[in-house]
Amino acid sequence: MANVRFSMAGDTLYAYLTGEIDHDAAQSLRLEIDDALVCHLPHTLVLDFSGVGFMDSSGVGLILGRQRRVKALGGRIQVQHAPRQLRRVLDLAQIPCGDPNQAAVSSEGGNQT
Amino acid sequence: MKAENSTRIQFDSLSVNEAYARGAVAAFLARYDPTVPQLADIKTAVSEAVTNCIVHAYPDRVGQIVMTIAVYPDRRIRITVADRGIGIPDVAQAMEPLFTTGDPEERSGLGFAVMQSFMDQVKVTSHPARGTRVVMTKQLAAKTSDT
Repeated sequence: MANVRFSMAGDTLYAYLTGEIDHDAAQSLRLEIDDALVCHLPHTLVLDFSGVGFMDSSGVGLILGRQRRVKALGGRIQVQHAPRQLRRVLDLAQIPCGDPNQAAVSSEGGNQT
Repeated sequence: MKAENSTRIQFDSLSVNEAYARGAVAAFLARYDPTVPQLADIKTAVSEAVTNCIVHAYPDRVGQIVMTIAVYPDRRIRITVADRGIGIPDVAQAMEPLFTTGDPEERSGLGFAVMQSFMDQVKVTSHPARGTRVVMTKQLAAKTSDT
């Protein structure tokens, strides 16, 4: 089971994910995030994984799928606050992730504050 | 070497059972005190193997998935995930990172890469129309009280 909560700040949409992200959970998260993207049309989508206790490669598919959508809308995506277990999966997929104690790193490679 | 303990569970290829499968593995291995990272690795690998059965082995129907877990006296664990689905025509190709026959928009193609990276050894045997068997092994670290 996983959930997502949204907040908008300027032209950035924050998606705070919680729970366990597997193939089952990714299906509903995808729909919810895509609805929010269409509704808010943000320049930046920030996916925050601090509340996620488990994620397999379905989460990678979720991120890459959202990245394609955001890019098609002219925006960019940022992944942040992934716990250690998630980082191992993200590392395999070469998805950069902002450190909780540092400025987040965006998919474009630049430092964000 | 003979397993000192083993279990076998069978469940439907429904995506809700992905969480059940990794919960069952965690519950069975709890008494062997795996480290937190090791248990996370095993749960992730199991989740990948079971998801493959649900998404790829039984694309058009609900079939059965059988998972066995065996623990050996040297703290090696062996997990088998087997289905009787459509099979994989080319196992070597299926195991290449980023290869997927699923929806390329939503599947990362990293399932086998995760299993291979998170477990010590992964063996896949498959026969078209007869099913696929994934055997994964991992050596658990010595218990803290043993050292």
